[in-house]
Amino acid sequence: MSISETAERLGLHRVGARAALIPYLRETWERREFITTMARYRMSAQNQENRLGAFWLLLRPTLNAAIYGLIFGVLQGNHRGDDYPAKVVIGVFLFGFFSACFSQGAKAITGNRPLVQSLAFPRVALPLAVVIEQFYTLLLSLIVMFIIVVILGHPPDIRWLLMVPLLVIYLLFNTGVALITARLTVHFRDLTQILPFVSRLLFYTSGVLFDVTSLFKEHPWVVEVYNWHPLYQVLTIARSSLMTHIPYDLNFWYYLSAWGVGTAVVGFVFFWRAEERYGRD
Amino acid sequence: MDATETRRPVVMVDELHVEYKVYASGKAVSPSAKALRGPRGIRTVHALKGISFTAYENESIGVIGSNGSGKSTLMRAMVGLTPPSQGAVYATSRPNMLGVGAALLPDLSGDRNIVLGGLALGFKRSEIASLRDEIIEFSELQDFIDLPMRTYSSGMQARLKFAIAASKQHEILIIDEALSVGDKRFRERSEARIREIRDAAGTIFLVSHSMTSIRSTCNRTIWLDKGVLVMDGETEEVVTAYEESRIPR
Repeated sequence: MSISETAERLGLHRVGARAALIPYLRETWERREFITTMARYRMSAQNQENRLGAFWLLLRPTLNAAIYGLIFGVLQGNHRGDDYPAKVVIGVFLFGFFSACFSQGAKAITGNRPLVQSLAFPRVALPLAVVIEQFYTLLLSLIVMFIIVVILGHPPDIRWLLMVPLLVIYLLFNTGVALITARLTVHFRDLTQILPFVSRLLFYTSGVLFDVTSLFKEHPWVVEVYNWHPLYQVLTIARSSLMTHIPYDLNFWYYLSAWGVGTAVVGFVFFWRAEERYGRD
Repeated sequence: MDATETRRPVVMVDELHVEYKVYASGKAVSPSAKALRGPRGIRTVHALKGISFTAYENESIGVIGSNGSGKSTLMRAMVGLTPPSQGAVYATSRPNMLGVGAALLPDLSGDRNIVLGGLALGFKRSEIASLRDEIIEFSELQDFIDLPMRTYSSGMQARLKFAIAASKQHEILIIDEALSVGDKRFRERSEARIREIRDAAGTIFLVSHSMTSIRSTCNRTIWLDKGVLVMDGETEEVVTAYEESRIPR
């Protein structure tokens, strides 16, 4: 009898073997307290050094929106479309969640090497904690965003509730994105250098700072392309729900749900398949 | 031989080879060193050359050897972090390294770090609440537990980390040079704690350069040299042979 058979008979398993998908999901679920606590504690540890502490979580997107709104508002002159400030505020605040998941998710494994190398837990806990930390930050900053939107002349109404399902879909989408970038940087370390540029490129092209329909009035095919862009769809639905109703294709909801669920599932499986690889370098 | 048959094996290491591929840089020291290099300056380091042994429950095994003998590589292969190039490691449950430090956040209080470290080790929140006092008592940080961990001295931090990590009843625990922290009194108490873990149906691997620690905690010792298992047996016998080999002639 070979050693591996003897080992199997005595109830010993090969060390380092990856769990099957369902047990892996169950293990991850059992670690939910670890994931959410890590997210909360990291968030509170992060701003401890600054005098204003957690206020920076609110100040940062507000200042960003003010600067981008001012510069791009002036640059675009008459092309900027109606109600530009409110659009920029919603765009900048919501896009921040995506870009944080995209770039922080990429560091979830590579930036926690000592942790990955010393303790056993499903590695997916690390990118998930990043996403949840960023989601808490988003929820906090949304309070400020709502206040600014009201000040800019859009009182709350019943359609604001559409933000709830929208945020759930957006959370799923960004979870998938973070899981994918988390694994990719493990294989290609140089991506940490490239990803900030990709994130910035997406920021400038996703309709955060401009109104796609009025800017590309003469090029309907561009608008058509944008209608398949998940980030643009999120911003469009959010703007339409929070501001005076801007009509949009209700199919956006279906596309976006498919994007959200699809990205989350693909991201999870993609991340899980390399489970044995993490921490080995 | 009969005695070993009835004991339950918990770790089986079978003909374990580990090779590292290193991107060698700099100039070759000599022409012969150049010949060792593969294409593009990649050099293969054969860190473990066919290690085999079986560890049983309630054993505490010392791992000794000079620097670079492959002790840490063996431990990393046993927790599944370094892939074997040949052979395999089998275990009843995944062996754990004693160490929770990487999960803690220096900006947070000792108290919150106990919660975070406990969750990282796999405890439920309710379990941590009941372990909390014990951990604080063991680390002797009663007066400082509300202060941020970064304000602790390195000895205090090490005590807290050890107290959290050792609060868990590990089935298979690997301790890599962790006992060298703290003052003499704390060291003795941590060795006692490790014997406690061993006695409660755990198996322990202790990597150390301190033959005193090995003698007082281990009942079996493995001696590695240049990736080869030199000797495996009773601690007293192996340590004595090891010490004799180290006497300069």
